[in-house]
Amino acid sequence: MAKELMPKSWKEFPDGIHVEVKDQPQGFDYITAGWRTFRPEVNLDKCVHCMICWLVCPDNAVVVKDGKMTGFFYDHCKGCGVCANECPVKAIEMVPEVK
Amino acid sequence: MGKKIAMETNQLAAFAMAQIDPDVVAAYPITPSTEVVQEFSKYVANGEVTTEFVPVESEHSAISACLGAATAGARVMTATASQGLALMNEILHIASSSRAPISVVVASRALSGPINIHGDHMDISSIRDAGWIIMVAEDAQEAYDNIIQSIPIAERARFPIITSYDGFITSHAVEVAEVLEKEEVQKFIGPKKPDYSVFEDKLTIGVLALQDSYIEFKRKQAEDYDKVVDIVKQVGKEYGDLTGRYYDTIEKYMTDDAEVIMVVMGSTAGTAKVVVDQMRAEGHKVGLLKIRLFRPVPKDDIISVLRTADAVMVMDRAFTYGGIGGPLFEEISAAMNDLPCRPYMANYIYGLGGRDIKPSHIRQVFEDGLKAVKGCGFDQQIKWITVRE
Ligand code: SF4
Ligand code: SF4
Repeated sequence: MAKELMPKSWKEFPDGIHVEVKDQPQGFDYITAGWRTFRPEVNLDKCVHCMICWLVCPDNAVVVKDGKMTGFFYDHCKGCGVCANECPVKAIEMVPEVK
Repeated sequence: MGKKIAMETNQLAAFAMAQIDPDVVAAYPITPSTEVVQEFSKYVANGEVTTEFVPVESEHSAISACLGAATAGARVMTATASQGLALMNEILHIASSSRAPISVVVASRALSGPINIHGDHMDISSIRDAGWIIMVAEDAQEAYDNIIQSIPIAERARFPIITSYDGFITSHAVEVAEVLEKEEVQKFIGPKKPDYSVFEDKLTIGVLALQDSYIEFKRKQAEDYDKVVDIVKQVGKEYGDLTGRYYDTIEKYMTDDAEVIMVVMGSTAGTAKVVVDQMRAEGHKVGLLKIRLFRPVPKDDIISVLRTADAVMVMDRAFTYGGIGGPLFEEISAAMNDLPCRPYMANYIYGLGGRDIKPSHIRQVFEDGLKAVKGCGFDQQIKWITVRE
């Protein structure tokens, strides 16, 4: 849960596990990308900003600013490659994490 | 007064579901609850309900589809039993922490193995820690009444609910029951009011909560779950005002001056009432406490009845491997711990896999209790009966 939204007491916690989103999705503070073996890299010259990667990403890891795709939250991207697979103009490449 | 109809309990359950007319039913059939889904699908095919009916490939998928629909704000129902309920287990926990008010009809059945399709309470007992409300009916009438009440109970409590009745013994028995008109049911349950809109509200659905906040979510859930007891009482009263059939979390039968009280759940309560009548006529002070709400345990209600008894005989149509007696006995014993002076307490495991329980068995249990209060106690606290010795 986002630190700034964390209630002082359990009594103020939400009913259930569907939590209101302020600026960032809940769980944003957690780094959940430690197991990634491939990282997506976007070629913004090719990108047509169709938002398909944003829509299909299971981890909310595509960064969008002012209606434009700008890159990835690498703390959350698990490297599944769905975005690269679905990008209609092949603007995303999956690059091995190993050097 | 409502009209009386004669139906198999499973058909009656489908009839109740059709009167509720849920938005979504996603189901996979399993004995002895198959007919509930089969009959309900006829209402769908005949255009008598507005329900979106989703036939799926397993119970795991059924409950997952139910949870998805409930999360989107729909009123959702399904039916299952035994291995089907066991297969749903993973999602049951997510449904209760999602506070999704899904209503599931269960025709309670033994768990494999050996393979057995007949009635006992192992299936509902095995999921008692999943955070669902669990109600158990004695007969067809109560099964119908519980299914109708399940909707306001679940939606006010914002927890999913199981209303069960005994597989085959009740599910396949034709009984006469008094039913409401569909309009009366609709008025009683009211329209579904979703807690949020998945289109308008900005939400994270199914949040991740690690060491810094998981326990607070659970603490809140536990607190809210305890409030279910009062909601069940309130809905039971409102339902009584409508039908003349008032319900509580428990049902007392000749307990006020009883020295020996039997605690029982499901269809066996009917048999036990007959034995209580017979033994009362012979001058024995025996009584019966039927548990309607198995989860959450209506602790105060149970204590208020049992506190004056000299011996309490808890009947379990289920058991826990290596536990201290059956699941009901564990709960009743724990509840009674609060009393400064406890009655004698014994546990009888009976009727597993649909093994018949007869009035003679029940009489023997009462006689053990009467002997115990004469100062002899019990030779054995936990006993299996209806079994080849
Ligand atoms: S799917 Fe491809 S083209 Fe569309 S926004 Fe993402 S990177 Fe750009
Ligand atoms: S690789 Fe997977 S997790 Fe990472 S941004 Fe693409 S879709 Fe999201």
